[in-house]
Order: sequence, then C-alpha cells, then structure tokens
Amino acid sequence: MRLTCTVNGDRHEVDDVWEGESLLYVLRERMGLPGSKNACEQGECGSCTVYLDGVPVCACLVAAGQAQGREVGTVEGLAGPGELHPVQEAFLEAGAVQCGFCTPGLLVATDDLVRRSRAEGRRPADAEIREALAGNLCRCTGYEKILDAVRLAADRMAGEAR
Amino acid sequence: MRPFTYLSAPDVTTALRAIATEPGARLLAGGTNLVDLMRQDVERPTTVVDISTLPLDEVQELPAGGLRIGALVRNSRLAAHPAVRSRYPVLSQAVLSGASGQLRNMATVGGNLLQRTRCPYFADGTAACNKRDPGSGCAAIGGFHRGSAVLGTSEHCIATHPSDMAVALVALDAVVEVQSLRGTRRIPLAELHVLPGDTPDVETALDPDELVTAVELPALPVAASSRYRKVRDRASFAFALVSVAAAMEVADGTVTAARLALGGVAARPWRAHLAERALVGAPATEEDFRRAATAELATAVGRPQNAFKIELARRTVVATLHQLTTEGGAA
Amino acid sequence: MTRAPERSRPAPPTPSPAQAVGRPLDRVDGPAKTAGLARYTADHHVPDLAHAALVHATVARGRITGLDTADAEAVGGVLAVLTHHNAPRMTPPAPVSALDLSTLAPGTTVDYLNTDRVHWNGQPVAVVVADSPDTARQAARLVRVTYEVEPAVTDFAAAQDDAVPLRGTLLVLGEERTGDAERALATAPVVVDHRYTTPAQSHHAMEPHATVAVWNGDRLTVHEGSQDVDWARRHLARRFGVPLAGVRVLSPHVGGGFGGKAPVWAGTVLTVLAARATGRAVRMVLSREDVIRTVGGRTPTVQRVALGAQRDGTLTALLHTGVSQVGRVGGTPEPVGSQSRHLYAAPHIWIRHSTTTLDVLPTAHMRAPGEAVGTFALESAVDELAVALGMDPVELRMRNEPDRDPLDGKRFSRRDLRAAYARGAERFGWAERTPSPRSMRDGHWLVGRGVATAFHLPVRLPADVTVRLRADGTVLVRCAFHEIGVGAATAQTQVAADALGVPVEAVTVEHGDTELPVGPQAGGSGQTASVATALLEACEELKRSVLALARRSPSSPLRGRRLSELRAGRGGLYRADAPDRGETYGVILTRAGRAEIEVRTAAGTRLGRTLQQARAAAGWFRDRRRWVRAVTGAHFCEVRVDEHTGEVRVSRWLGVFDVGRVVNPKTATSQLRGGIVMGIGAALSEETLVDPRTGRTVNPGLAEYHVPVQADLPRIEVDYLDEPDPTTPLGLLGVGEVGITGVAAAVANAVHHATGVRVRDLPVTLDRLL
Repeated sequence: MRLTCTVNGDRHEVDDVWEGESLLYVLRERMGLPGSKNACEQGECGSCTVYLDGVPVCACLVAAGQAQGREVGTVEGLAGPGELHPVQEAFLEAGAVQCGFCTPGLLVATDDLVRRSRAEGRRPADAEIREALAGNLCRCTGYEKILDAVRLAADRMAGEAR
Repeated sequence: MRPFTYLSAPDVTTALRAIATEPGARLLAGGTNLVDLMRQDVERPTTVVDISTLPLDEVQELPAGGLRIGALVRNSRLAAHPAVRSRYPVLSQAVLSGASGQLRNMATVGGNLLQRTRCPYFADGTAACNKRDPGSGCAAIGGFHRGSAVLGTSEHCIATHPSDMAVALVALDAVVEVQSLRGTRRIPLAELHVLPGDTPDVETALDPDELVTAVELPALPVAASSRYRKVRDRASFAFALVSVAAAMEVADGTVTAARLALGGVAARPWRAHLAERALVGAPATEEDFRRAATAELATAVGRPQNAFKIELARRTVVATLHQLTTEGGAA
Repeated sequence: MTRAPERSRPAPPTPSPAQAVGRPLDRVDGPAKTAGLARYTADHHVPDLAHAALVHATVARGRITGLDTADAEAVGGVLAVLTHHNAPRMTPPAPVSALDLSTLAPGTTVDYLNTDRVHWNGQPVAVVVADSPDTARQAARLVRVTYEVEPAVTDFAAAQDDAVPLRGTLLVLGEERTGDAERALATAPVVVDHRYTTPAQSHHAMEPHATVAVWNGDRLTVHEGSQDVDWARRHLARRFGVPLAGVRVLSPHVGGGFGGKAPVWAGTVLTVLAARATGRAVRMVLSREDVIRTVGGRTPTVQRVALGAQRDGTLTALLHTGVSQVGRVGGTPEPVGSQSRHLYAAPHIWIRHSTTTLDVLPTAHMRAPGEAVGTFALESAVDELAVALGMDPVELRMRNEPDRDPLDGKRFSRRDLRAAYARGAERFGWAERTPSPRSMRDGHWLVGRGVATAFHLPVRLPADVTVRLRADGTVLVRCAFHEIGVGAATAQTQVAADALGVPVEAVTVEHGDTELPVGPQAGGSGQTASVATALLEACEELKRSVLALARRSPSSPLRGRRLSELRAGRGGLYRADAPDRGETYGVILTRAGRAEIEVRTAAGTRLGRTLQQARAAAGWFRDRRRWVRAVTGAHFCEVRVDEHTGEVRVSRWLGVFDVGRVVNPKTATSQLRGGIVMGIGAALSEETLVDPRTGRTVNPGLAEYHVPVQADLPRIEVDYLDEPDPTTPLGLLGVGEVGITGVAAAVANAVHHATGVRVRDLPVTLDRLL
C-alpha cells in the first residue's frame, strides 16, 4: 500500500508498505525516524510510545494500515530542530536519562501526562505520575529521577500558555 | 507474522461480509492482543479486517436509564466517561486497573472482551495446548500454573480469561449486542464466554460470522456503590491473580442487593451467583461475607501452584465487601 | 508515613567551583538521548542491508536429524536459510585462559550452525536472511527441524544433589575456610541454620541485543551493543579467521547491559556469519524472546547459611555454601559466599561453592554476580539470628563488624560500615521500630522494617587512553570504554577537566569503538575507576610534555619549574606558590608552533600491550594480597503487607553507601538507586521460569517477567559517606553493582517484621504470605 500520514507535522507518503508492518517499523525504517525504540514488540515496555491522533500508543502494536491518514508524533517532533522541549530539558537536568533506550517513549508519555494535567489546571500528583508511567519500563534509573523530571516539566509547562 | 490480506472496513456491512465469507478472517480493532499473537504465530489470519474506523465508538444513554457502549470505545475513554464513573464506578476502576495507559488508549471494549488467555503455554507454539492446538494436551497442568484457573476448569484446560473490564461488566448484568449478516442478537455477558470442557478452543458463544457491536448496561442503582479490587504481582501493569468486582447495598445492617464477580480464577469472568444469594438478606458482617465467598468457591479446584487463589479469592471478596460497607463505592 | 525530604541526599560538601569531580553535572550524552538522536545498534542503516532471524531448537538435548528449509526459502525476499549443512565453517572458541581474559568472551562453547548437536532448548539451529526483518522472521517460522532427542538434565531442583564443589582458581572462587566452622557451630549456644533459594533471573536491559555486520573482504565492521568491544573484536577475529586489525566493533550507545552484553552471544556471531555467507550487510535485532533463549541469565541458587553465636551476639561460626548452575556448554557459577568472607568477624568461617551442570542455556553474570543473591541468604540469616537472640539487627551487625578481614587478616582499604549504619539509622528513624513481628500497622497494612548490608568488590582493569590537547584549549580523550547508561563519558570528562585544569565544556570524550585505545569492560563496577586511573596518568604525562615545551622558551614564567611546583587550572599551568604566574596551554602550544599535543598510556604494540596487561594484573593481585578493597552499604527498608491478600509494597527506602569518592552524584545516585530497584524486583517479582520438563523458558518476555514499574516504588533515598578510598587514584572505587546487594534480604527481613513469616525463597510473592 501507499501509506500517507502526518508525522511530526509533516505529510509523509511511503510506497510499498505492507499493512501488517508495525507503525514502529515504518517510522524507524522507512521514514528515518529511529528515535522511537523497539524493546519488546508486544506493548509491554512503552519504549515505542508515540502520539497517534494526539493519544499515546505503543507503535509496535499499530498495524501500518491503521495509521493511514492519521497524525503521528514522535520524540523527534517534540521540539524544533536543535532545540529541546521543556520535558526533554527536564529529563536532562533531573538526571532521568541513563542508557536512554526507554527515554523517547517516556518523553512522549510524560508530555501527554503533563499536558492533560495542565488542561485541567493542575499538576500531576506523585501517585498519579507513578501510575500513568507504569507502562514505561526503565531498567536503569530506579525511576526516581524520572519522577523528578515530570514534576520539573510540569512546573515549567504550567507557566506556558495553554 | 504470516502474510495476510488487509481490508479496512468502511462500514459494518463490509466487515460482516468479510468475516462471513473468509474462514480465515480476523477482526482487528485496537490490535493490542491480536497483533501480538500474530507476531508469535499463534494467530494466523489469512485476512485481517480492520474495523477500527467503524462508527461504533459512542457511549449513549439508554431510554430505560442504562448505557450503551459501542464496541470500539477505547478503554481509556470508557474509564473516564462521567456516566461510567458516577453510575458504574466498578467498571471505571476495572478498566483503569488493566494494562497501561498506552494500551488502554488503543484497546477497545469489544477487543477486551474477546482477548485470549495469557497462559504462557498458549503463546508458545512448541508447548502442548488444547486451546491453540486441540488434542495436543495441556502443558500448564503439571507445568507452571500459578496464574491458572481454579473454577470451571477441565482436565483439558486451566487457562483464565485475563480481562478486568469483563469482570466488572458481568457483575453489572451487561448484555452484548452482536451482529452478523443474519441479523442482530443479544447475549448476556455471563453467557458470552464458555468454560473449556473438552473443547477449550471454543472460547465464546459467538459464531464466526458475528461482530460484537455494543455492550449494554442496565440501569442498576446498586452499581453506584461498587468497587473493583485487583490483586496482582506488581502494583500496576500486571494481570490479576484474583480480582473482585462488587456492588452492594446495605440497609440497617442487612444486605439488600449485591452483585459480585471474580476475575483471574476461570476461563470466563466469573459471576458469583451463589455468593450473591448467600449475601442478600444476610447481615453485612465479615463473617457472612466469608460464608458467601466460601459458598461460591466450594467447587474450586486448586493445583500445587495455584491453590492459594482459592483462599486469596475468599479473602479478597471479604475485604472488598467490607470496604464497601465501611467506605462505600469509589469513583 | 514519613515524608521524604525533597532532596535525595543532604547537600554534599560544595566542591570548589573550579573542580568538576564531585559535581552533579548533566550527562554529556543527555541532549542527544532526550532529542531521540542517540544512535543505538538497531538504528544503524548501511547500504544494501539485509536482515536476519533465528530459528531456535525446541528440544533440550539431541541431534538434528532433519532440516526442511524449502518453505522458508520459497518466501519472497528470503536470501538464504543457513543451517549446519550450508553455513561457512568457523573456528571454535578458544579455551579459557587466565592469561587472556578475552577467552572468556564467548557466552557458550557451541559451534553455532557448524554442528548438528543441540545443547539447550532455544539454541539457534538456523538463521534466515531476508530483505526485511518481517520476512526473515516469517520464514524462520517455516523452517522445520526434526531431532533425535537424548536424555537431558533440565531440572535445577533435582540436579542439586549432583553438584560438585568448585576448586578455586584465578577466575573462580572456590572453597575458603578459617578455623573449624562445623565444630564451632555444634557448640555454639545460639544457632540458625537454614536453606535459601533464589530463582533464575534475566538482565532484561531495555535494548534487546542487536548486531549490524558489514564485511569488506576480510575486513569486518560490526555495530553491536556491547559491554566489551575488545572481547567482541578478538572473539570475532578468531571465529572468522581474519586479522584482528581488520575487525572493528562500534558501540557508542548501549541500551543497558547489567552483564548480559559482556559476553559474545549467538546473535552476534550469527549476524557476522550471515553477512559472510550472503555477501550482504546484515542486521539482526533479537526479539525479546530471542534474547531470553540465547543470552544467558543469572543462575538459580540454593544456599545454606549457618551462624553460631554467643548469647551476647558475638559470632563464633559462619558457614555459607551454595549451588549454582552452569550449562553443559558454558556458563558462569555465582560465588554466593563472596561477601561472607569479609562481612563478619567470625573466628570460624567456611565458604564453599558448588555447581551443577544442566542441559540448558549457559548462565551468565548479572549485576553483582555472587553478592546479589549471596547477600540474600547471608543477610536473611543474620536477621534470623537477631530474632533468635532478641537483639536489634543493626546492633548485631555492629557487634560483629571486623577491623581486619576475618579470613586472613588483610586490611580493608577503607571500611566505615558503622558510619553508614549510624547515619542510616538516624535518617530512617530506625529507633522508632518496635522489635516484635506484627507490632506495627497502618489500617489493613502490616508495617515492617528491615535492614541488610550491601557489599561488593569492584574490580580494576587495564585501560589505554590517549589525551590530545589542542592549542585552542580543547581536550580530546579517547578510550574504547562503554557507555551502557552509567554516565561513563560524563565522569571521564570531569576527571580530565580537573586533571588538566580546563572547563568541562572544553573536553570531548570518544568511546565505544575498537579503533580507539583499548578500554576496560563495563563490568565488575570497575570501568570508571580503571579509565580514570589511566586518564590521570595520561594527563600527568601530558602536562609534563607541555611543561617541557614551555621550559624551552626563555620568556615562559614556567621556565625552570618542575611539574610538582605547578597547578593545572584556568586552562593552563600556574605556579602553586604564585598562582598568577603561569600560562595557558594555548599560549605554550602556539609559541612552540604546535597545533596540538597528544599522549598515550601504554604501548600501541602487541608486546607493549601484553606487558601493560601483565603489569596491571600484577598490580591487581599485589593489591589483592594487601587490601580488601570493597564497597559497602546499609539498606533500610519499610514494607507494607496487606493483611488480607499478602500483597507487599515497599513504602520507604534508604541506602547509605560507603563507595569511596563519587565523581558525579547525579549519575552515581541513579546507579545505586537502579541497583536497589533491580534488587526490589528480585525480592518481589522477578523470576525466569524454566520448565523443568523441557528446559524451555516459558516467560521469555516482559509480560510475565515482572521487572518493577514506577507504581511499585516509593521514593528511594540514596546517601553516601563520600570519603575517598586512600588506596586509589582520586579515591574512586565503584558504584555499579553494590546497590543491588543486600536489597532482597532487607525486603524479606522487613516482611518478616511485618508479618512474622520468614520467606527464604525468592521472590517473596503474596502466595508465600497467605
């Protein structure tokens, strides 16, 4: 099939896509966007988390055919070229990054969490953060600094215009 | 994953026609279970009918006061729906206790009901499994079965149904609407999943040409005071060892209405009718709760690794009902 | 519940602003990793790339009698199906030799695809190469293999009786004893003597193993997530019979390792083989199931710990024996008694390690091999002794804290476990604990508190480093060490900046590439200190060279000065007695007409390298004869156990560590905390389930192998004494592994305190508490 979808704001057309390929494969291998990581291929780790029509999903379980005509957002699109998004800055400063393999998925999941909380005019509570990010496994950090990063990002993004 | 023909169904009729004519067709909605199983070579559809864009994603009020939930409503939307949260808190809690945020954003109501067991031998093509490969045996019996069923099992299969949502729905007297080219019919959720018997490969009462289109919840005042309690090996993102969906009304210390279902213990979401009967009219005490739970579990069969589930289920029922009496339901 | 303070440790002594070591700097690779731009192995595209997939054996032991590859070959896009019938021949792995540690590289001794023998359920028996990974995997499903099955030993529990005691060697810890522990035990007034078990566990680094192999004639380039690129290079050169100099392994970013990426496993060898056979560049990204079927994990263990004590708590006997498992075709035993040699001042000690051999995937080292599971048994037993004595478990430990090594009287290079416990007890509020089991509760939660000691022996390995100083004041450090997440490049940036007196921004560190000088393995908690040692030497040499240049100029204020009279700082060398007298490196180099100056530790020649390795090894053994160089810590843990369901939740954690000097608190804290969390996983949920009937792992994914998730954890506080080790350059020891040690015992001890139930078998799942 010819897959047409919007990725990080840009329209992409890719030919000869097999509908059974995962969206993750399409992003990584056909669109040159390897930021989203393949770590379990069964939705158990969150490393491939991307936005699909504004909602975080596991790209490894989305069939390419299901992405037709839809909007995809990946870690590469969180900030403009050469810039870091407040969530990315927060992860860097808080020390929430170690091996970095879970980081891209966590950044998307965190961005979503902070945005949803901000839309409700509040910052996420610790228990809420821990539950909301339970689908993003990290084997290095012990999670604590990820929590710090989410709080930091929430603080900074609270100051931004909605 | 084996090659297949992909069909994106533009409307319900197209989808129904595809599954009626293609014996190897499978329906793809959220994909969280099917895609995984295709990758593991457990599911081998020749045609995949993508129904994810069909207009079955509404939650509607029913005239008699219930809710009609489209089969393609995503789990996260269902859990967050104000009417669900206020009138059926047990359902919202059950859905939120399942999987992860990302998966709930993908998974649909219909797919959640029809997901396959997580018995590890089912997913391993080299292992004996009567569900995957009828007649091959059951590797879980005599193998790892800590997560397996204790109610309604057979010597051919001890797999559980892994859904949380379905446990709440069965407690709430949900009815499943299914369509085929032959028409529409309604199946009580309690009858949707069938016990393994000697055909564990037959998991539901659905015919191959049928599509789940909606789940209907009746108006159920008792559901406003309801809870879902899930016991598992991690605090989040793990399947239930045992779960309890409970709704109960108590007046003057006596139970006047009760709905109870168990998860993680059987090949179906287990509606605990025996326990309900024992509860209604009895005093709302822990002792009576325990008696009711014991009545339900009388036929349970434990094996070396999973016998604990029987006592765990009993305790979890008691604790959940006790919490309902002391703290009420929670949204 | 006590609210944890916002900071995870009290403010460290503020280093002088000029000093980089000790400051919590952001990671140098952080911007690339957060932007999604860091490239891991599977992210590498090379022209004309083909993809490979494995076919795994489905029996534990036997011979392949039939291979039907026709259906697989018929799949469109399949380039080759490689089996032992058609795969190119390889040289078998070299025998293990203590003189060449790279002989330890192969995870197994199997001649993959060069043999019809099957040694474990999951061994690769064929490789499919295709133009896409989906096609390769699909075709791999279609390869049909028949076997002549032979009897196999696949049940660890049943095989324990056949365990054989290990003889100690340079590489293996065997039996050690002082006094007569059995006799002392028989006469001790108070005795605890129990059996503890720990299950098989898997590393489950987030990045699955992946390899990209490109041949150009006899030259081979491999992208590989590796904890030891030098091992990988040497092993591949041998297996494929090509000159070492032509093999390059690149591993700039590694998505976690924990020991699982130190050896060379089947996936690596077979990707290179597939590329050789097809003449294509080949990438193979293992599925998580592939990883679990082909990459060894931690052995299960069964251990006996027996302690004898006087009624006042003075230990008289300590006995610790254990059985671990190896595969018939390789594997590494776990020295579960390692810490028991050093932790308690018992006059009679007996340590013995045994192994039993199974027809399963060889085991491999996983974070703190030995101590991670050995401390569970020892530190549980110490808690049991405290209960038996009616004594506080901290007090019991302090009563038996040795001044010198209990086995042979060696000195500890540093050891202040007393201070760690004292600080921990104070911060944690240990005194508020009521001693009786089931004496603390919060609603339906039974509350328990436990302690345990952490212990690890960091290794020291040789490292070659080059340091290049440019006239613009920038510095380039090059060393083929590994960034598996620990912050290694950041730490060396800090070390170099201080040694040369330049800002950290001026320093660039290159790593993870065998074109660079040979670095140490990321293992044994030794990488940072090992590289830093070489780097400090190189920087000294560099400063001497710069000074030599300066002294040639009559106008230099450094003329006539010795290096010992100078301080590096402000981008140059300045007189210690007159800090305004000196000059920048840029001035010195420019005046000398030099664009840059570079020094290199060790010789680039093979002989030089051998000599350097021998020197380093000799130093290491000399040190080991003189010192016990260990890192220690005190874990304080609080758990809550649901009185109805037995669910265990860790509700508080404090670890206070004595790990020598900390280079970067931001990264080091995460190393320690990550270890604690992996230990909590081991305590409560992690278990690789191997079906004893078939030898097949039934939970080869993250769905049923439960690593902790965010929601499982409380705020985990980490603190350190932060005092330099007096026997190492910069006072560094190592932080990568000590965090996990002792954790499972602390949890089990707290669970006992909460419930009165003593669980001696990991993981502590709720069914053990009902």
